[in-house]
Amino acid sequence: MSLSFQHGRLISDLVTRKMTSLGGVVANAIKTKLETALQTKHLEVINESYMHNVPKGAETHFKVVVVSDKFDGLPLIKRHRLVNDILQEELRSGVHALSIVAKTPQQWDVSDKVIESSPNCRGGFGK
Amino acid sequence: MNSLIRRSIYPLYCNNFKISTRYFADGAVKEKIDQIVKNNKVVVFMKGIPDAPRCGFSNAVVQIMRMHAVPYESHDVLSDENIRQGIKDYSNWPTIPQVFINGEFVGGCDIMLQMHQSGELVEELKKVGIKSALLTAEESKKEGA
Repeated sequence: MSLSFQHGRLISDLVTRKMTSLGGVVANAIKTKLETALQTKHLEVINESYMHNVPKGAETHFKVVVVSDKFDGLPLIKRHRLVNDILQEELRSGVHALSIVAKTPQQWDVSDKVIESSPNCRGGFGK
Repeated sequence: MNSLIRRSIYPLYCNNFKISTRYFADGAVKEKIDQIVKNNKVVVFMKGIPDAPRCGFSNAVVQIMRMHAVPYESHDVLSDENIRQGIKDYSNWPTIPQVFINGEFVGGCDIMLQMHQSGELVEELKKVGIKSALLTAEESKKEGA
C-alpha cells in the first residue's frame, strides 16, 4: 500500500515538475537569455507569481538561480546588475519582481543548494 | 488630405510635449532623491512604511534594519509615483526596495539579506559610524563570559 502511495506521489511530483519546467513565454525568454549571455552551468527560473495578487498563470514575479563563471571576481551588486541588464526588456515590460541568486560554480558546489522561496506578498503590487 | 496631415502631426507634437515635460520632471526628481540620500546615512525606499510594509521584500529589509537597530529614513514609493519611477532611474536598478548607505546605492532585498548573513552589513554600518545592535549584543556576551 505504501508503495503505491509513494508511486502516486512520485507521479504527481513528476507532473508538477514537468509543468513548472515547461514554463511560460516570459520564463522561457528569461531562461534563454541568461543561458546565452552567461553560459550558465546551472540555471533555475522559478515563477513565484502565484504568491502574489495577480491572475492565475501570470508571469510577473520571478526568482532566478544563476551559476556562471562570468561572476568570478565580481561583487554581488555587479552580478545582480549584470543579470538585470540581460533581462532589462522583461523588467520593463511586465516582470515586476526579480529575486536573484548569483553564484560562481565553485560557490554553488560548496553551497547547500537550498533555495528559499521569497517572502510573502503584502499586497503592495499595483497599488 | 488636410485631416490626414493633421492626424499625423498632432501625435508627434503631443509626444514632444510629453517628452519635454518629462525631462523637466526627471531633473527635479533626481535632485530631490539626491538630497534625500545625501542628507541621511541610511535611506530605504520601500513599499509602505516600516510599521506596515506593503511588500514582502520591503518587509524583509525592514526586519534586517530592526535586527541591527539601524536608524534610517524610509520613503514610501507607493505614495509618490515620481519617486517610484525616479528612484529606479536614479540608481539604475529595476526593483524596490532600495537601500542607500552614505549616499551610495547598496542593493535591494537579496543583497541586504546576503550582507546581513555574511557580516558585511555590520562592517558597512561601522564605516558610517553606526554600531549594529548585533555587534553590541555579541560584545556583551563576550564580556559576560
